Amino acid sequence: MSMFRLFAGRPAAPATAPIARERLQILLAHERGLRDHKPDLLMLLREEILAAVSRHVALDPDKVIVRMERGKNVSTLEVDVELPNGLEPALAVAS
Amino acid sequence: MAKVLVVTSGKGGVGKTTTTAAIGAALAQNGKKVAVVDFDVGLRNLDLVLGAERRVVFDLINVVQGVARLPQALIRDKRLENLSLLPASQTRDKDALTEEGVGRVIGEMRGNFDYILCDSPAGIERGAMLAMRFADEAIIVTNPEVSSVRDSDRIIGMLDSKTVKAEKGEQVAKHILLTRYDPARAARGEMLGIEDILEILATPLLGIIPESKDVLRASNVGSPVTLNSPASAPARAYSDATKRLIGETVPMLVPSEPKGLMKLFGRRAA
Repeated sequence: MSMFRLFAGRPAAPATAPIARERLQILLAHERGLRDHKPDLLMLLREEILAAVSRHVALDPDKVIVRMERGKNVSTLEVDVELPNGLEPALAVAS
Repeated sequence: MAKVLVVTSGKGGVGKTTTTAAIGAALAQNGKKVAVVDFDVGLRNLDLVLGAERRVVFDLINVVQGVARLPQALIRDKRLENLSLLPASQTRDKDALTEEGVGRVIGEMRGNFDYILCDSPAGIERGAMLAMRFADEAIIVTNPEVSSVRDSDRIIGMLDSKTVKAEKGEQVAKHILLTRYDPARAARGEMLGIEDILEILATPLLGIIPESKDVLRASNVGSPVTLNSPASAPARAYSDATKRLIGETVPMLVPSEPKGLMKLFGRRAA
């Protein structure tokens, strides 16, 4: 990439800036969530989603992940609920 | 009627005082009447960077408390007659600053200057809050480094919620000033790039000040870098940022040390 690398005679240090950028994006998404909403909004959402799904399906509470990504124009709420296999009929009945 | 600007960052050591001195001087060099106000009670340094440390008699707290009148406390720069300094107190308790008192002093200054630059202390405590409280615009000084970017993000949140303007439903105009930037290291992927930082902070760019020995040289002798070595890369960068601040369109360049200007990209200022 750089001229220096051709003549340096030692392997170039890996680029660390992309790591810095990614760490900041994740951290700030979280901190902006805390700042712009009630501190426990995500916790609250997670609990209510867990309760709603648990009324119909037995699931592992650790497998319910609620994440907020704050962007410049649009923010997204990501809900990831992992269900054990073999529960599809129960779900169908419940709905 | 003056525009009130706060120079802030959250993180310490990123160049707030250097920036206040350089932009304050550059505004005065552009014919504006400028007051620079040091809000760092107990750790004042703007007087030192401006070479006025032996001329301090009264300070911001004296004026806030009515012990001295504003014209007695303002120190006029010896090189630039348009530039005045209101120093911070070195000995008083920082709790002596009240919101009501600061508001009164800034209100009084608004009638006498074109620009009032408030040099914020580091942190997010009372002093930093009061420095930004009455601001119309904010210069957020940011280094290309993770902790500085995080703190800038926090400060942006405070500017949007804790200022008088924000409480009236208006916006403090925010500008990122990227300081201590090293284009070569950014090109090698060793340092966060300009695009990365602007994308993360979602705030327009006022200028890019390259890392330079001239900044320390200027503070060593108590002279703003724009006065001490006007042809140097950081002085040209500060001068360009100042022109953007007063509404001129200046291409966004990173002035480099030996070979003149290196065009980065054609981004326009805020």
